[in-house]
Amino acid sequence: MEIFRHDLVVVGGGGAGLRAAIAAAESDPAARIALVSKVYPMRSHTVSAEGGAAAVARPDDSFEQHAYDTVKGSDFLADQDVVEYFVHEAPGELTRLEHWGCPWSRNEDGTVATRAFGGMATKRTWFAADKVGFHMLHTLFQHSLRFEGIVRYDEYFAVKLLVEEGRVQGVLALDVRTGELVVFAAPSTLLCTGGAGKAFPFTTNGNIKTGDGMALAYRAGVPLKDMEFVQYHPTGLPGTGILITEAARGEGGYLRNADGERFLVTRDYGVGTKAELGPRDMISRAIILEIEAGRGVQGEDGEYVLLDLTHLGEEKINTRLPFVRELALTYAGVDPVREPIPIRPVVHYMMGGIDVNIDGATDLPGLYAAGEAACVSLNGANRLGSNSLTECMVFGARSGLAALRFAREAGGVDEARLRARAEESREGVESRRGRKAGTVRISELRRRLNATMEKGCGVYRDEERMQETVATIAELRPLLSEIALEDDSRVFNTEVVAALELENLFDVAEAVAGAALARKESRGAHARRDYPNRDDQNYLHHSLVYHDPSRPRLATKPVALGRFQPEERKY
Amino acid sequence: MADGSKTKTFIVTRFDPDRHEAPTTETYEVPVRERWKVLDALNYIKDELDPTLSHRWSCRMAVCGSCGMNVNGEPKLTCKTSLAEYGDTVRVEPLANFPVVRDLVVELDGFMDKFRAVKPWIIKAKERAVEEGPHRQSPEELEVFRQFSMCINCMLCYAACPVVANEPEFLGPAAIALGHRYNEDSRDEGARERNRIFRGEGTIFSCSYANECSEVCPKHVDPAAAINQAKFRAVLDWAASFVTSGPREE
Ligand SMILES: Cc1cc2nc3c(=O)[nH]c(=O)nc-3n(C[C@H](O)[C@H](O)[C@H](O)COP(=O)(O)OP(=O)(O)OC[C@H]3O[C@@H](n4cnc5c(N)ncnc54)[C@H](O)[C@@H]3O)c2cc1C
Repeated sequence: MEIFRHDLVVVGGGGAGLRAAIAAAESDPAARIALVSKVYPMRSHTVSAEGGAAAVARPDDSFEQHAYDTVKGSDFLADQDVVEYFVHEAPGELTRLEHWGCPWSRNEDGTVATRAFGGMATKRTWFAADKVGFHMLHTLFQHSLRFEGIVRYDEYFAVKLLVEEGRVQGVLALDVRTGELVVFAAPSTLLCTGGAGKAFPFTTNGNIKTGDGMALAYRAGVPLKDMEFVQYHPTGLPGTGILITEAARGEGGYLRNADGERFLVTRDYGVGTKAELGPRDMISRAIILEIEAGRGVQGEDGEYVLLDLTHLGEEKINTRLPFVRELALTYAGVDPVREPIPIRPVVHYMMGGIDVNIDGATDLPGLYAAGEAACVSLNGANRLGSNSLTECMVFGARSGLAALRFAREAGGVDEARLRARAEESREGVESRRGRKAGTVRISELRRRLNATMEKGCGVYRDEERMQETVATIAELRPLLSEIALEDDSRVFNTEVVAALELENLFDVAEAVAGAALARKESRGAHARRDYPNRDDQNYLHHSLVYHDPSRPRLATKPVALGRFQPEERKY
Repeated sequence: MADGSKTKTFIVTRFDPDRHEAPTTETYEVPVRERWKVLDALNYIKDELDPTLSHRWSCRMAVCGSCGMNVNGEPKLTCKTSLAEYGDTVRVEPLANFPVVRDLVVELDGFMDKFRAVKPWIIKAKERAVEEGPHRQSPEELEVFRQFSMCINCMLCYAACPVVANEPEFLGPAAIALGHRYNEDSRDEGARERNRIFRGEGTIFSCSYANECSEVCPKHVDPAAAINQAKFRAVLDWAASFVTSGPREE
């Protein structure tokens, strides 16, 4: 088995992974950094982010205000030391991107323009029209090409963390192109593998967002934190789940029900005068309640409400929201200049992830994580739109540096043992290829997992349905070894990759459902019909889920409070 | 059919280098729904009919650039291309002008080298410190290169380019447009360096003005315009180098 030796292995070439690799390479040009990604970095799902990235930029804004908005948005479950660090670093990070060529949209005087976003008190979201993730990712990727120290391994799929002597010393990966297993040996590994929206049937996430890094860490004994908090974005296109960015509302769009009524204004959904610019959790709930009250529009792909941009005018839509127009036309057959866009809440983002501290370090020495795969506790129970791209920059950079520092201190790796350990796993991976004798197809099992996640872990949840989901996941899990795999080719075998991804999704789903069931309160995105109120007495804590082959083990962890004390979350 | 679907026949290229000497095809009958794209049909085949088919895809919203293929002979982004545009039979092949890895998956390493060759990053004599804040760039200055920054690297332009077909080493539309994008960015000072690259063999002057690249571009980047502008600038720059300080060629 081939061994690639590095100082640091970064798994993931999205916003977080690229930022981390650049930070590490800049700090030490001699460092040998592997950038391992299951797709070419510029295909990473960061590319799909539309709306913007938050950082204080205007004289009427302040770090304190950004911090407060974030903490309140999190329903007081964010760690406030993390939030403070984040808001202070954010402007510098977005400025770096500017220096690297990111084509931020501009004001007339040439300064960087900012727009309004949900839950943010003022205009602090930097944007490049409505293709912000695309421009950030391409800027980072192109900039990363300058560094000789960053060695790319495109289309390598990380399968397993290799733990020796109580620390991570490498990663076992599948070279998708050849079908060969390889070892990345390094004293330090940083997982930047993104979210896990594909655990659900209706999501804004691309096909590659299967929670791989979360599952790898989980299986290596690292807990997943706050997994019950799954963000539903209010405005996805029915059927496909393609996102219509919150920037559409930031630029002045309205939400209307079937009667044409702006329900966020006419009815009390807790968003106050913020109306369409309330936080995502509240607006998603409002839409569901409107639909339940019979004020939705019946469509082919279920009921929906309307996002009305017609009053913004063609010019504004073309300059500020060109991608929204293209997406609505191409995927919904609707021109937003003339008609409202059908939308409904859609699974979008995982607030939870691999439990890490402010340096991105897990409790397992040698293992770091950043970006959506990690839970550094910036977002608590509900992320504010446009904080996530910035999070990838701020904590990508910090984790990259910390992981490289650790590599310097930890010293070498035991290659002989790594090789032996990797060989032990070979059979496990390779036996999947062409394992024809099986009773269930990947697509069938994925559908069943997706269906139960939607049912039990939707916008609104209750004990009974969550119980059922937890039970169903446990029942379905043994079928993973019953999957029939017909493709026995070594070269670019996407069926084996899909099987590995589905196994990862099961781990993530189990953690989400388990944590959701245990939290008997409503907070942020976790809204329970049977416990409609927040309960700080009993639940002002993070939840941890540990992997255990019999059944996941749950634990808690205190929240780091700071200058903002929990108060009723009203807008 | 009751659910509004209609059956179409897909003739799909199959190739496994371990097994086949040359590509073959396989035919599938797919019940397609009204708003389906070509990619939806491929995913249906993969999920329901034949899990051994290999193709790349991810975002399914026309921005990650993974799913470029030749559809009825033309390079298309399959997640953006409606099946309604086609008749009862649809032929799906890997992108032309690239080596095939397997089935509909093509080899991109050559492109990645070309991409890096144009130095697609901001070049400055002196790096700007973060403390100095962002550059000022007017909306007009942004507009000069904005279009050329929209490339999603989907490779459709390479599949369409008659020069790439004959001369695989040709730098190609997307890479040139990208280099030009940085040359036109008011924050960049690297045009001289890149123009030297552009004046080399197999780059801008190999372009035959076929304009195919711009016609197939799903993001309206207009690489042909970028190449034309780049030619003009590279020549001017070369001439200017005599006027200012004598020839400073390599
Ligand atoms: C449609 C959409 C719009 C959004 N808009 C915004 C917005 O406007 N503002 C905002 O702040 N946030 C937005 N978000 C959220 C934000 O884009 C993401 O949270 C963020 O981009 C995640 O970046 P990441 O680097 O963590 O992961 P990703 O960009 O998802 O990258 C993950 C990387 O890991 C690699 N990888 C994964 N598994 C493996 C494996 N097993 N082996 C090897 N490599 C692997 C992948 O190849 C990829 O390179 C949006 C999200 C979506 C889906």
